[in-house]
Amino acid sequence: MAELAFDATLAQDDAGESASRRALRRLLRRKGAVVGLIVIALFVAAALLAPLIAPYDPAAQGWTAVRKPPSWLHWFGTDDVGRDTLSRVIFGARASLLAGVISVSIAVGIGGPLGMCAGYLGGFVDALISRLTDAMLACPYLILAIALAAFLGPSLGNAMIAIGIAATPVFVRLTRSLVMAVKVEDYVEAARAVGNPRWRIALVHILPNILPGLAVQASLSIAAAIIAEASLSFLGLGQQPPDPSWGSMLNSAQRFLSNAPWLAVFPGLAIFLTVMSFNLLGDGLRDALDPRER
Amino acid sequence: MLTFLGKRLLQLVPTLFFVSVMIFVLQHLLPGDPALTIAGEERDPAVLAQIRAQYHLDQPLPQQYLAWVTGVLHGDLGESIRMKESVRNLILAKLPVTLQLAVMAIIIGLSIGLPAGVVAAVRKDSAWDYAASVLALWGRSTPAFWFGILLIFLFSVKLDWLPASGYVRPSEDLLRSLASTIMPAFVLGNVAAAALMRHTRSAMLDALSSDYVRTARAKGLSERAVILKHAMRNALTPVITVGALELGEFLSGTVLTEQIFSIPGVGKLIVDAVFNRDYATVQGVVVATATIYVTLNLIADLLYVLVNPRLRS
Repeated sequence: MAELAFDATLAQDDAGESASRRALRRLLRRKGAVVGLIVIALFVAAALLAPLIAPYDPAAQGWTAVRKPPSWLHWFGTDDVGRDTLSRVIFGARASLLAGVISVSIAVGIGGPLGMCAGYLGGFVDALISRLTDAMLACPYLILAIALAAFLGPSLGNAMIAIGIAATPVFVRLTRSLVMAVKVEDYVEAARAVGNPRWRIALVHILPNILPGLAVQASLSIAAAIIAEASLSFLGLGQQPPDPSWGSMLNSAQRFLSNAPWLAVFPGLAIFLTVMSFNLLGDGLRDALDPRER
Repeated sequence: MLTFLGKRLLQLVPTLFFVSVMIFVLQHLLPGDPALTIAGEERDPAVLAQIRAQYHLDQPLPQQYLAWVTGVLHGDLGESIRMKESVRNLILAKLPVTLQLAVMAIIIGLSIGLPAGVVAAVRKDSAWDYAASVLALWGRSTPAFWFGILLIFLFSVKLDWLPASGYVRPSEDLLRSLASTIMPAFVLGNVAAAALMRHTRSAMLDALSSDYVRTARAKGLSERAVILKHAMRNALTPVITVGALELGEFLSGTVLTEQIFSIPGVGKLIVDAVFNRDYATVQGVVVATATIYVTLNLIADLLYVLVNPRLRS
């Protein structure tokens, strides 16, 4: 993760362009990242405007339209109880995106401060937090999330908590390494020399310089969290029926593969496109913020 | 080497201690009386009292932890409430199935990821490089369960070439065993190939721009010899460790893959345990996977030192 370390000297370049503006310019030069941004924007818009753009009520069953293939009336076909698949895919974006953002926010919210304490304070605090992080990393991500979700009980909220906790150690470790790289910079030494208190140095001088690195990891972690939420919902530990979620839609699609394969295509494609877009954005952000790319 | 091994083993002690505390705490996340959860539908006070005594639930938390961790250290992971069998025996019975899947998947991952990574680095910015990048992006972004469903639709439903589910042991019939595991192994191998391709490409690019490769070229060696004998040999060092760690990640991947293809491995065991509210088995599987994961990390570190003579001193 050292490659993610943000070069503090990027703050202002010769031409006077701010670091964030330059990073944005570099990001927008990367076709993959732009495609990722556009697809994410489309899915976010679909999730926000779902009640307006979905052609049908996602929970409305129609016994005369059971397992109908894609047509002008139902673009993505209908499911085993006659619900419109397109409407369910559109509403399903809400669960996936919400789970991605909230679980990563939980991971950053817990992992960031812990990593900051470990990296900045060092000594016993660092040793304790690092061993705890090692212990959590010793449990494979999805198995830890499944175990937590199982003990907390099946629901979208609990799935988000479970995924957030399982993703926390990555952020502890990343924040710690970024803080350790930044705290030896001259401007932090200077801030210390003029008598700034520790909390001020951490929040005002270190935090802004580790945010870009955290943003890259957050983008990649949202992709992983969306897959994890879909996995938990697929297993019945996430969003509960009849509320739509891409993972649970794939679970029921499995039973009708031979006579209604479209049920498995569209929710899976939605997961793939969203996850791919966050991965492309994360890769683009990493390249745009890498000082070697200047 | 022995000093390194000793130090590395010592570092494991606090990690495993915290792992054990974390897994012990999992059980106490449950709202209400754990004895009621363990008992399931059973409400007989005598049975509940027996469960409390058996699991030391009538003792203070530190003593409960000590009793539990002593049992784990002696290989006692508790008893499955639903299957009325020791969790250790259940895991040991399912582990070879998961291991077979993992080994097949790593072979598939290596045979796709390594050549793709080498070609992508040697032909940087060519159509091969872009194709390999697309392969890596596909592997990283495709949910295993969706890919599995698509493979079942194509090879089982449409072409009728492979069984959609079920498992045959290699000792029963090797060919049928391969037929029953090739699709799930390919699903897992797809993810591994993506990771291995990215690491191989990056390591090969570093190796190809190094001084010793430049020297080898200056000496007039053929490009094939430069790539195979000089660049690849050095570039593969970090890839070995990635391979070992990927094997650990398979433990996560097998959960869904085994579920889709009805393969009776450790992954399916934990999912079934979750739905049967068989918490002792859930805890036992987490303990076992964490132990395997930590051991694989240790092996990866040792391999790294073994293949890199500079680190031995």
